[in-house]
Amino acid sequence: MTHSKPPLWRDHRFWQIIVQLAAVICAILIVVILGLNLNRNLQQLGIKFGFNFLQQEASFDIGETILSYQPTDTYTRALLVGLINSLRVAIAGIFLTTIVGITAGIARLSDNWLVRNISLVYVEIFRNTPLLLQLFFWYFAVFLSLPNVEHKASVLGLIKFSQNGIELLGLNFSPEFSTLLLGLTFYTASFIAEIVRGGIQSVAKGQWEAGRSLGLKPSLIMRLVVLPQALRVIVPPLTSQYLNLAKNSSLAIAIGYPDIYFVASTTFNQTGKAVEVMLLIMLTYLTFSLIISFLMNLLNHTVQIQEK
Amino acid sequence: MQKIQLTWLRKNLFNSWYNSLLTILCLLLIIQFIRKFVWWTIAEAQWQVVQVNLPLFLVGRFPQTSYWRLWIVLGIITFLIVITWSVFITQKNLIKHKFINLLVPWLAPTWLLSCPLILWFMGGGLGLQSISTNLWNGLILTLLMAVISIVISFPLGILLALGRTSNLFIIRWFSILYIEIIRGLPLIGILFIAQVMLPLFLPTELRLDRLIRGIAGLVLFSTAYMAENVRGGLQSIPREQIEAAKALGLPTPLVIILVVLPQALRAVIPAIVGQFIGLLKDTSLLSLVGLVELTGMSRSILAQPQFIGRYAEVYIFVGLLYWVFCYSMSLASRRLEKQLIN
Repeated sequence: MTHSKPPLWRDHRFWQIIVQLAAVICAILIVVILGLNLNRNLQQLGIKFGFNFLQQEASFDIGETILSYQPTDTYTRALLVGLINSLRVAIAGIFLTTIVGITAGIARLSDNWLVRNISLVYVEIFRNTPLLLQLFFWYFAVFLSLPNVEHKASVLGLIKFSQNGIELLGLNFSPEFSTLLLGLTFYTASFIAEIVRGGIQSVAKGQWEAGRSLGLKPSLIMRLVVLPQALRVIVPPLTSQYLNLAKNSSLAIAIGYPDIYFVASTTFNQTGKAVEVMLLIMLTYLTFSLIISFLMNLLNHTVQIQEK
Repeated sequence: MQKIQLTWLRKNLFNSWYNSLLTILCLLLIIQFIRKFVWWTIAEAQWQVVQVNLPLFLVGRFPQTSYWRLWIVLGIITFLIVITWSVFITQKNLIKHKFINLLVPWLAPTWLLSCPLILWFMGGGLGLQSISTNLWNGLILTLLMAVISIVISFPLGILLALGRTSNLFIIRWFSILYIEIIRGLPLIGILFIAQVMLPLFLPTELRLDRLIRGIAGLVLFSTAYMAENVRGGLQSIPREQIEAAKALGLPTPLVIILVVLPQALRAVIPAIVGQFIGLLKDTSLLSLVGLVELTGMSRSILAQPQFIGRYAEVYIFVGLLYWVFCYSMSLASRRLEKQLIN
């Protein structure tokens, strides 16, 4: 009896290859059709693809800069200024939101009824309303209704509030920067609070009891026994909250803080280079995401159980 | 009675010296805050801006003579939600159980059928006076955009999740590439792509409505997140289930449709509700690309000269509207989660 090979169409590997080939062909077709459309549309609009415009004079002003910048500088310089502004608010935001989030998360588990419920109300309000609306509220309803510069309101002489922003120990923060920072901080912290609460609750009760039976104080049990174990649960979702914060910093455009997205958007309005500007924005945010993911992965490795 | 109250107080508020201090401090802050807030709401705030513009906030510039159509839509949706909810949260009562079991197979088709019906009532045509999408504003636009986007991104997200977990190399990498790029971008950037770049990529003859482009942006965005949620569900299915189905001689597509997906989707319902809440909040970003949904409406009302400076009133009211929807859904989702675990 000869052992005849099964026909080709009964072989699942054949179909696997066919399906994948079809997918590749489809993808190429779509890219080609879209590319042709884009080419024709750009020709009709009289726009040529290319990044040469980056060397041209930007000729718009940026309200807030750390690097020196004039409207006569190039678009590259303007985008760089925007990038630094983005980084500034994202880094400060991640730092502050961690503090507020952990505080609120621990407060959710406090044995003080009042503290527990204040934290609950905070979390439920900030989690369940849009960030954009919160930014508008902070900016228009809070900052614009503050007293003007001559009548600064101050807390213990350390922090001063006025329409011109926040003054902390001689450092001045513009109202746009302060709004964005406060908005991002409190919005993201409300999510982090829930993550921290869940993480601490995931640690078995026996661990608390064991710590207590060793005679440790509650604060020491928290720091030495519970938190290291809770961190294993907390760090992965915390990473995605940091990523969200970095991405949400692009809402700066709504209140006029000149971050990278705002500057890129102005660049698009002036030059009409939609594709190039969009590629730059994508590149920037993907880099942000990669850097944050990389750093948080390192952190994740240090808090996970070291298996020997 | 009094004694119980006293022990409660001592146990929950004054069980140690620092807790007592904390309690007093918090009380002082809360009293201060509430006094100021109540004073502001009663004496300083001018709520006419909300009172006068209430229809604008809720239904936008939808013609007043056609409000009855919106009432019908509201009726249909409420009816469906009540039925669906009672199906999911079944009591252990046997008679009720039987009745509800009768409803289950009709649920999905009814929802599907109601979609064109609702759109017909809102948009008109076919015997009803047609109403331009430009007049769909405010809260109804917010809800509409969120619902349509999540409904469209649901099947796409399932396909993408299957693609990502597939053992076909190229399909897997296409899926991963799409999901990771979209998840790395801010939504405002994706809405910009949909509003400004989508027309550039399409033939000149094809002019998409602003609303459609908005939905396209939201769908592009939400599909990637949906895929990740569904993937979580797919991974929660034990391998033995797939092996058992294969041992019965089912081909792979049927294994997925009949065995894997029903279990996986059941497991991710709470996550999808969570995503819907996020999407509902995210629709506020549409106001930045020129759509007049709830947030956009509040901005255009604030631009009217007679209501200038009434930011706090408007934003608190609009925030409350968002909050009511998001919070009630998150409560519902928590309830569902409990139900699904049992």
